[in-house]
Amino acid sequence: MRNKDSKEVVMNKNGVSHAIQRNIDKVSYIFLTPMICFFIIFVLAPMVMGIFTSFFRYTMRDFSFSFLSNYTRMFADPVFRRSLWNTVVIVVTSVPLVTIFSLWAASAIYERNRSTTSFFRGVFYLPVVMGTVPVVVVWKWLFNPYFGLLNYVLKAIGVMAPNVRFDWLGEQSTAIWCILAILFTTSIGQPIVLYVAALGNVDKGIEEAAEVDGASRLRTFWQIKWPSIMPTTLYIVVITTINSFQCFALIQLLTSGGPSYSTSTVMYYLYEQAFTYYNYGYANAMGVILAVIIAFFSAIQFRVMRSEEA
Amino acid sequence: MEKTKLKNNGNMLYRIFSMVILVILAILFIFPIYWIITGSFKTVPQAIPPEWFPSEFTGMHYEKLFRQPAWRWLFNSVAMAVLSMALVLIASSMAGYVLAKKRFTGRKIIFSLLICAMALPKQVVLVPLVRIMNFIGLYDSLWAVILPTVGWPFGTFLMKQFSETIPTELLEAAKIDGANEAMIFTNVVCPVIKPAFGALAIFTFINTWNDYFLQLVMLASRRNLSISLGIATLQAEMSTDYGLIMAGATLGALPIVIIFLAFQKYFTNGITMGAVKG
Repeated sequence: MRNKDSKEVVMNKNGVSHAIQRNIDKVSYIFLTPMICFFIIFVLAPMVMGIFTSFFRYTMRDFSFSFLSNYTRMFADPVFRRSLWNTVVIVVTSVPLVTIFSLWAASAIYERNRSTTSFFRGVFYLPVVMGTVPVVVVWKWLFNPYFGLLNYVLKAIGVMAPNVRFDWLGEQSTAIWCILAILFTTSIGQPIVLYVAALGNVDKGIEEAAEVDGASRLRTFWQIKWPSIMPTTLYIVVITTINSFQCFALIQLLTSGGPSYSTSTVMYYLYEQAFTYYNYGYANAMGVILAVIIAFFSAIQFRVMRSEEA
Repeated sequence: MEKTKLKNNGNMLYRIFSMVILVILAILFIFPIYWIITGSFKTVPQAIPPEWFPSEFTGMHYEKLFRQPAWRWLFNSVAMAVLSMALVLIASSMAGYVLAKKRFTGRKIIFSLLICAMALPKQVVLVPLVRIMNFIGLYDSLWAVILPTVGWPFGTFLMKQFSETIPTELLEAAKIDGANEAMIFTNVVCPVIKPAFGALAIFTFINTWNDYFLQLVMLASRRNLSISLGIATLQAEMSTDYGLIMAGATLGALPIVIIFLAFQKYFTNGITMGAVKG
């Protein structure tokens, strides 16, 4: 029972008096103010606006309620469907490739001497620190049909006929694979660093005991190392999935979604609709769908992670 | 005995094999930066057959580059990365500390709101964010890139996880000694969470530097571009002037690569900590 006149100290559920709780609240909110201001103005408000305006016909001239029309339009739009398909292809290809390769690379380098380990770790991290744009412009040159090194090398070793000018980024059959290759080089840096650290933390004693007992290399890996690097693997899968879903810079700089939308992704199409055609409502609806898809994947992965811990 | 010998042989072969693959890949990963730097010094970089090493060095591409506001672009990128880093560190360490250590009213709601926002991609917010920046008059300024970065809750989450490790007795002892909250934060909390500061600083710096999408939608006038956007613009305008583009790419990539090579240990620690705690 609350009784303000009572001389007894009234405790709340945290086991402190109301006066103290008020003081805690005051201090806490003072500390939280900067973060909350930034969060509300630049994350929460635009998020709410984005969801809200996705139900409107919203362009430069027009702003009228249209309920789900942006959403129905989206699924009838062949370009959107193509972009969604490409996004799925990118995610489904790059996530396993990146995860498996970085696990292999990390296990190949982590037991060597310190300088070898840090050399390779540094090299594979190089495309990340160089920045996406410098990496992309040099690759665009390497893929160029006239001045690119790739065609030159293929001709020099006799794989390609000397008079061919193959346009790697201009052909539907190859463009998306070129993008995937570059995406791969910019994605493996962080996973390798994480795996090297995780493998280094595996209990050496158990590992040696298993080897003394005659367990094979593969068996030691699956039974001892794999369980202890599981959380790292899940984290890597989550971040690689999210990054692959958001693949944008590569596409905008290399192909602009072409040829004929064969490399367009949801992110790229969203950008094009919003900033080239000014279809804001439509773009926001795509953003919402992308967010729902990503949130769905993250939720599954977090669920798995939880059950692993338990 | 026979079996172990066989196994050792197999191991040896595997080690050699994996080393060969690693070296080939390492060359493929180093090659782009080699090609960028050497390309920026060649008189005719696009010549076929290619010059594997510049036969003579020319500075003409750099002269051409600096007729553009290239230093300004580099300065903008550094300014955005450093300012975001500073603001993220201040705002998220303060918020992370109270979220971890104070049982205040509304704590659960605020924390779950931050977590939910973190799981969602930034793309949903981009168009409205441009609107907001227009409205408050910050569109096409560096702040339009900095402020949304600070609002993103990842840093707060990392700092909250890290602040959980501060012993409560330490905070209570400081309080009994008469320290006020501001003093406790600067003299007790900050020293304990110092490693997390380093990790978050590196994380924020790289992310802001590489956030091409945000820069692309927020920055417009030529003088306000970031170095990434500047290079992309040069490529769009003069797509086969490879000397110029590579000079720009060198200016954009080399400084940060040098910083990375000098502080590799801190980078790898930062990345690992950000992941394990986040």
